[in-house]
Amino acid sequence: MSDATTTYDLAPSTGAKFRQRTLPILIFAAILLAIPMVGPSRTMYTLMHQMGINIVFALSYNMILGKGGLLSFGHAVYFGLGGYLCMHALNWIEDGVGLWGSFPVFFLPIVGFVGGAAAAAIIGWPSCRRAGTTFAMISLGIAELVYAGSYMFDSLFGGEQGVSGDRMNGPEMFGLSLGPISDVYWFIAFWTVVGIALMYGFTRTPLGKLSEAQRDNSQRVQFIGYNPQTVRYFVFVFAGGFAGVAGGMAAVNYEIFTPINLSLAPSGFVLIMAYVGGITYFVGPIFGAILLTYMQSMMSDFTEAWLLYLGVLFIAIVMFAPRGIAGIVFGIWHGVTGPNPSAYLAKLMMQLGGILLMLLGLIVLVEVSVRWSNGYGHVYEPFGIHLGHTDVLTWIIVLVASVAGVALTRYANRPEEASQ
Amino acid sequence: METIVFALLNGVIYGLLLFMLSSGLTLIFSMMGVLNFAHASFYMLGAYFAYTIMGATSFWIALFLAPVLVGLVGAVVERYGLRRVHANGHVAELLFTFGLAYLIEEIVKIIWGKTSVDYRIPDLLNFPAFTVYGASFPAYRMFMLFVAISMLVGLWLLLKKTRAGLIIQAALSHPNMVGHLGHNVPLIFMTVFGIGCALAGLAGVIAGNIFVTDPAMAIQMGPIVFVVVVVGGIGSLEGAFLASLLIGLLQNFAVGINASFADIFGFLGLTEAMEVGQINISSLGPMLPFLLLVLILIFRPRGLMGEKEL
Amino acid sequence: MSTPALKLEGLNKSFGPAHIINDVNLTIEQGERHAIIGPNGAGKSTLFNLISGLYTPTSGTVSLNGEVVSGMPAHEINRRGLSRSFQVSNIFTNMTVRENVRCGVLHSMGQGYAFWKNIGSNKPVQQKTAEILEQCGLIDKANVPASLLPYADQRSLEIAITIAGGADVILLDEPTAGMSNTETDRAIALIEKATVGKTLVIVEHDMNVVFGLADRISVLVYGEIIATGKPSEIRGDPRVIEAYLGDEADHLAAEGEPA
Repeated sequence: MSDATTTYDLAPSTGAKFRQRTLPILIFAAILLAIPMVGPSRTMYTLMHQMGINIVFALSYNMILGKGGLLSFGHAVYFGLGGYLCMHALNWIEDGVGLWGSFPVFFLPIVGFVGGAAAAAIIGWPSCRRAGTTFAMISLGIAELVYAGSYMFDSLFGGEQGVSGDRMNGPEMFGLSLGPISDVYWFIAFWTVVGIALMYGFTRTPLGKLSEAQRDNSQRVQFIGYNPQTVRYFVFVFAGGFAGVAGGMAAVNYEIFTPINLSLAPSGFVLIMAYVGGITYFVGPIFGAILLTYMQSMMSDFTEAWLLYLGVLFIAIVMFAPRGIAGIVFGIWHGVTGPNPSAYLAKLMMQLGGILLMLLGLIVLVEVSVRWSNGYGHVYEPFGIHLGHTDVLTWIIVLVASVAGVALTRYANRPEEASQ
Repeated sequence: METIVFALLNGVIYGLLLFMLSSGLTLIFSMMGVLNFAHASFYMLGAYFAYTIMGATSFWIALFLAPVLVGLVGAVVERYGLRRVHANGHVAELLFTFGLAYLIEEIVKIIWGKTSVDYRIPDLLNFPAFTVYGASFPAYRMFMLFVAISMLVGLWLLLKKTRAGLIIQAALSHPNMVGHLGHNVPLIFMTVFGIGCALAGLAGVIAGNIFVTDPAMAIQMGPIVFVVVVVGGIGSLEGAFLASLLIGLLQNFAVGINASFADIFGFLGLTEAMEVGQINISSLGPMLPFLLLVLILIFRPRGLMGEKEL
Repeated sequence: MSTPALKLEGLNKSFGPAHIINDVNLTIEQGERHAIIGPNGAGKSTLFNLISGLYTPTSGTVSLNGEVVSGMPAHEINRRGLSRSFQVSNIFTNMTVRENVRCGVLHSMGQGYAFWKNIGSNKPVQQKTAEILEQCGLIDKANVPASLLPYADQRSLEIAITIAGGADVILLDEPTAGMSNTETDRAIALIEKATVGKTLVIVEHDMNVVFGLADRISVLVYGEIIATGKPSEIRGDPRVIEAYLGDEADHLAAEGEPA
């Protein structure tokens, strides 16, 4: 029968595959290679290292949320346990315990993978039997349990002080002593690229595809011969493993892990990173990790209410742009290359104007409130304009900007039929 | 002996407090399918509202006004937030409430400051109610017991004896059916969400002054309430009640037991020299709910009283 | 005689006090095309759910090619060569048509839960996927997201996923529901072609389809099989006519008249 069938080539051509899949990763790697040439400052290096770690962490999270449809509130458990194992490994390397003396610190993220995957393999066994909201609740309970339990085993978790180590031990790889921050850069860059490539590769495997199938329709998966629980479990173990890779990167970068690293706070942050970036796209969490890491370290210098802005951003994304930043970026790209780019751009500009106006109102309101709340007598003075909480101007700006912003966005988003 | 009596009383009070939170969460979850991550944030709002109202007027006005205000905030959140997100599915709803919890905490920090506020027990109730074996039991705790039981009876009457309660009960077991019966489902949802939040707010009013009223109180309480709902069995108010009491008693008894693993499991060869042996039962208290959760999930996945396996 | 493809013995299913399936006994031979008809709410879909492992019987057994499969998880039954479709399209909505079918092909091509292979470079899988798409007339729409397919094509995709795994017992639950006449004809042609040499069990409301396609017919009423037989026997059965009041009875009577 097959001899009569013509061979269809339904898959994208090799060229298209290269352009869409391999090339972006190569470009990303090239950018990472080029960055040290511009001589980044110490602050820049610190920021980029954090970004690299968060990119791998957020992508690993999206393996279960975006591709697996499993919402977890405890992903930092695997990041943390992988990282802790690496911290102990660092100390074993320093003390030359067994064969560890000849283990290069550069390959520590592999240890992190093993640690994270092992933890996920144990914890995932009862929790992956369920999906949906129940899975989310279980993940939360387990995260609390592990966090609370970590304070009881000081020899493993080091109590409040955590476990610290020294990365400048063991055999050197690629001539990197990992002492200077520029050495660590290559370590982080290497593992970020490896992590991205491996996790992208995972989406192309049968298991990766089954994970998406299970997310779309868990019932049907049973009737193509697979157990959706097993699919979930394997995906969960891999996600835990890659979270452990990120943990290993963090262990080498910071040389310290404390129980806070596996608490609910980083678990929530990785959820926000992935979701704000856009969980339906592979690159989404990368966008989210870069943006939110930047916000975390930069905005916290500008305003103490940055977490409030983060909350507003998150809720706005959930309500108005569920496909995240990646969705917005691709949406704009489609609009601009679409049939009527000028009309699209006009609408986009109006939306943007509306959003900026609302943002202005929000920022003035929040900043004035924060200063008033602190009670130190500080006054918000952007561009030399005096905005106290008793000034009429303050409230005029807040009101006018918010109302105008809402009106403008509503106008821009009016139903298409009305404008035609 | 007084340890046992006090642990029993405190356990029941704490358990009833948990039930005030978990009953609202169960109602909301089984009717709307929304796991309200921000539920404990409404508990926190209740405490803060009561603190402010008490400052301006008196505790007794706060006791009534604060839960109503929290309920209104809840209804507004449902009407203008959740309802919009509803179309994007349950995960989006859960994420919305997750973001809301974040936001409420930050707003509370701005309005009331980052440290705890001085929300006090009213002077009228600040005296020892009775003395057992030489130790006194505060009257305010008896008052909490009274409020919690009144709420329990009120909720029971509402559900069993009123028409609205019948609709809510029907909606609990057959959420799709109620819409077909011609009831205004969005309105019911908004009301239930509001009532659930008001109950959480009431819990905040009576608990905020005996525990600590600070911006972290939501995140401390939230996960435990989730545990109660899962352990009790999703969609079961009776289960939530049972689980609330169970966890309340467990935690309060554990705190009172000053024995280490080495004392208990000494026959297994466990000694104080080992790290596991040093773990004290009283320090396990905060972990017990989560331990219970994991055990329930492994051995009885539908919870204590749940109708079906999750 | 060879082992029957499917054998139901004393099958019962109750949900609480409601008995949905009542002592069903049925033997379906290898290669047979068997239709199950009956009024709405007779328990046809429940019967399918029992056979395919979605539900566990309250009592009784289901045997597939001589092996008792009742009580097994659905995916185990599927791996033993039984595949089913659903009354409402039950597809992977966020994937393309090709990816949908490819998922259906995977297990039969020996792909377990593999995470070390690239799915795109597996030639036999791609080839088999293309064959199925071609057979079901979906080849032109291979790269369309499944959720954007027109209704009739979604139904074809439903069948495509069902046959993709190469199961030898195929259960189709109302494959032509909601289709126009031309669409129905096309769907039936597809079903006939795709199930050559296989055992087919079909639940169907369209009597033209049933009488045109089936070798034997079972009539399910209130969870009980009241008659099983060749189409000619079923036509004349007074109990069947009695069970079908209204339009369908007239229809059946009209069918029964000599052409």
